[in-house]
Amino acid sequence: MSDAPTTNERLESVWRALATVSDPEIPPLSVVDLGVIPDVFMDGRTVVVQMTPTFAGCPALDVMRKNIAEAVGLAGFDEVRVDVVYDPPWTSDRISEAGRGKLKAFGLAPPGKNCGGGRVTMESLSQAACPFCDSRDTTMESMFGPTLCRAIHYCNACRQSFEQFKPV
Amino acid sequence: MATTTQPTQMTGATNGAVIDLVYRLGDDCLIIGHRNSEWTGLGPILEEDIAFSSMAQDQMGHAQALYSLLHTLGEPEPDHLAFLREAKDFRCCRFVALEPFGEAGSGASEDLRNNPDRDKLLTQGDWSLSLIRQFLFAEAWAIRLAALSESSFEPLAEMARKFRGEVKYHTMHGRIWIERLGRADADARQRVQAAIHLLWPAALGMFEPTTHDAGLARAGVCPSEAEACRKWQTDVTGLLAEAGFTWPRDAKPVVGGRAGNHGPELARLLASMQKVYRLAPGATW
Repeated sequence: MSDAPTTNERLESVWRALATVSDPEIPPLSVVDLGVIPDVFMDGRTVVVQMTPTFAGCPALDVMRKNIAEAVGLAGFDEVRVDVVYDPPWTSDRISEAGRGKLKAFGLAPPGKNCGGGRVTMESLSQAACPFCDSRDTTMESMFGPTLCRAIHYCNACRQSFEQFKPV
Repeated sequence: MATTTQPTQMTGATNGAVIDLVYRLGDDCLIIGHRNSEWTGLGPILEEDIAFSSMAQDQMGHAQALYSLLHTLGEPEPDHLAFLREAKDFRCCRFVALEPFGEAGSGASEDLRNNPDRDKLLTQGDWSLSLIRQFLFAEAWAIRLAALSESSFEPLAEMARKFRGEVKYHTMHGRIWIERLGRADADARQRVQAAIHLLWPAALGMFEPTTHDAGLARAGVCPSEAEACRKWQTDVTGLLAEAGFTWPRDAKPVVGGRAGNHGPELARLLASMQKVYRLAPGATW
């Protein structure tokens, strides 16, 4: 009898492929860590990957879309579709625990928890822990940074500037 | 492939009314986004150069998403909407297209006003006007998004819920400046005050009534413009009063934009913004 993989096995291999797709602006972070893939399913013979954009104006969106389609294609799927969806809306609360660890190792302070979706305040934004020395004695220098997803802070303890992945 | 969503089936409002609303929202975002992007590389300090560039990028992202929604409703492609329409086809308010020069650079200092090289020094205009406009716009956009998050037209509600997190940074940016400038020296306070008075009538034009207001409100798509304006005035005047600024009490709104009647500034903006695309429409880069 045939050993054709079940739908679940096929979807698992899609998720494994997605775990190899990087955020173009933060290479150690995969799109799965970033939380931009709410769902993957089969539509007939087509693999549908849903992607919920981090920022509406993020210039990396098209690159991510293309890389996702390529990686899933390489995993042996001929027909792949990447659908951009706004439900669920992406917020920084969707970044996984593993993703937060990778951000910190990359030198970017992870966003505060539970302040996505417009709940961020000046107070929560000013409480970033320094990714280099873990001090909380830090000052926010600019809530806008070199990319839409980054804010700039200064650590008063180790006297270094650092960037934070903004709570959004 | 895009699927066609019929607002009528979802909300009870006419397709035309919903499409007109999404045009108004998208065009406001694109045009203020372009105006704010004009400070890229020319901001008065590095942090504000980055802030205006970032907010412009968000605003253009919102415009792009809203134009994509229009495309699913049977309208042309987003690039066509941004780059191939004439001024009369745009439904943005007059406020977002204004060039930040004002009456003899209202906010500019005496020295700058009298400087023969003023036009060279102020090629992008007066930053105080851009700052105050952005503050007034962000407060209005945040109020609209809060209401749209509950919209009966689900595709718009989903986008609004997403955009809110981004716009929170825009309102924080504006509020920090208003509060800080309220404590600043006389020159800075005078510039802010002049900008508020100069911009106020056009700012009220963000809430220009349209023939669709009642229908959209009844169908639960969004509150009427009058209602949004009341909320905006309450919020904004509260913040200004707290910082010790005044605003005109009996200003007459500058309207026309929602019907496609714009001043010459929009045509000038489009001539610049659309120039490259129109050289070779549809070219891939």
